[in-house]
Amino acid sequence: MANVIIRNIIRFFLLVLVQVLIIKNIELGRFINPFVYVLFIVVLPFETPKWLLLCIAFILGITIDMFYDTAGMHAAACVFMAYLRPGVLKLFSPRDGYEFGTQPTIQYLGVPWFLSYAGILVVLHHLILFYIEVFRFSEFFSTFFRVLVSSIFTMLLIVISQYFFQRKKEQE
Amino acid sequence: MRNLILFIWKHYFVFLFLLLETLCVYLVVQNNNFQRAGFVNSSNQVSASVLSTAENIQQYFYLKSENERLAKENAELHSHDLLSFSVLVNDQYSVNDTLFRQKYSYTSAKVVNNSTNRRNNFLTLDKGSKQGITNKMGVISSSGVIGIVKDVSENFCTVMSVLHSKTTISAKLKKDGTFGPLNWDGESFAYATLNDIPTHVRLVQGDTIVTSQYTKMFPENILIGTVESYFRESAKPFYTVKVKLSTDFKKLTYVYIVNNMLKGEQEILEKNSEADKKE
Repeated sequence: MANVIIRNIIRFFLLVLVQVLIIKNIELGRFINPFVYVLFIVVLPFETPKWLLLCIAFILGITIDMFYDTAGMHAAACVFMAYLRPGVLKLFSPRDGYEFGTQPTIQYLGVPWFLSYAGILVVLHHLILFYIEVFRFSEFFSTFFRVLVSSIFTMLLIVISQYFFQRKKEQE
Repeated sequence: MRNLILFIWKHYFVFLFLLLETLCVYLVVQNNNFQRAGFVNSSNQVSASVLSTAENIQQYFYLKSENERLAKENAELHSHDLLSFSVLVNDQYSVNDTLFRQKYSYTSAKVVNNSTNRRNNFLTLDKGSKQGITNKMGVISSSGVIGIVKDVSENFCTVMSVLHSKTTISAKLKKDGTFGPLNWDGESFAYATLNDIPTHVRLVQGDTIVTSQYTKMFPENILIGTVESYFRESAKPFYTVKVKLSTDFKKLTYVYIVNNMLKGEQEILEKNSEADKKE
């Protein structure tokens, strides 16, 4: 149990630093802003209490906000995503429920399951984030395009990082 | 009362969610208010120190081009120096200058954080209230206008760059003084939009756009950019001008913060006149 907590705390700082020091400085054109840090909320253990989930999402969002100068926007999107996570998990649950001690990762539940589960959460997060950032309807379609393209890149990076850490675990 | 508490306890997930979302929206709205200083921004101690460390490392990669730029600027300043003017009259005399008085002073600052690819872009500079920076000061670089100071902490300040949806700069055509508001449409970091130029003005591609005399944040005639193209929206007697910005916002390292020493006096006077009008 303590092991899981420590691993998640390390993952928190690692993802925040990767996001604000590396990904923030990579510019792939004006429409593409991947936000890989949401991976943290996606792969939290199944047993995480619901209140803790919301609080962690809020803290994560505020931390990212400090670096992006977007007071509250990332926090709002993260909390919204964390709120919907239990529902999405229930939607995709296998017939016998999730095994105890597993995590919602490719490693335990396979690629198709992970793509649909993480995909929905990432798109929802990006939708809220980009529309709060723009805050007007006149740029509706260009914002929607940004949401889609950015989500695809975020998913790409998330899946790559999953395989990256999976291989490491097998070596141990 | 007991039932209410039971109800809230049963659905605590929804209530906690709503509570946190309200807090987020409050932060967003509060931060949008230009006058109030936001708390969650990159001028606070933790994030600013992480960012300035990263920037320190990053700077080594740009040393060469930065040196070249500074050498160029030095050469230009030398050409304005007294030593580079030949003396016409040999007599020495001193003048108590009552025709000119200093209106603007400048503080040099280093950019520790920068963005260009979002709808609302900010810079963080390494000068703050300890160095006499207050909000709404203008920021320029040797190549042109950068933006306006938003939040100030002890040692850092954040700047809304020209590439921000809420930044409006009063600009004019250098050749005949026609002025209008300059905004950013969010399309490309190299271009901005100048509105409200009357159609009788003859525009040519390459015309210089500079800051107008009506802005309190910038000195007059600071370069903004050049005319790239222009068009007239139907049924409006105005041109909308696409301006190519003279500053490359991706390559900012050192900038100057402009302090208008007479701004306070001007604002108090204008406020008094406004108050009189209402009576």
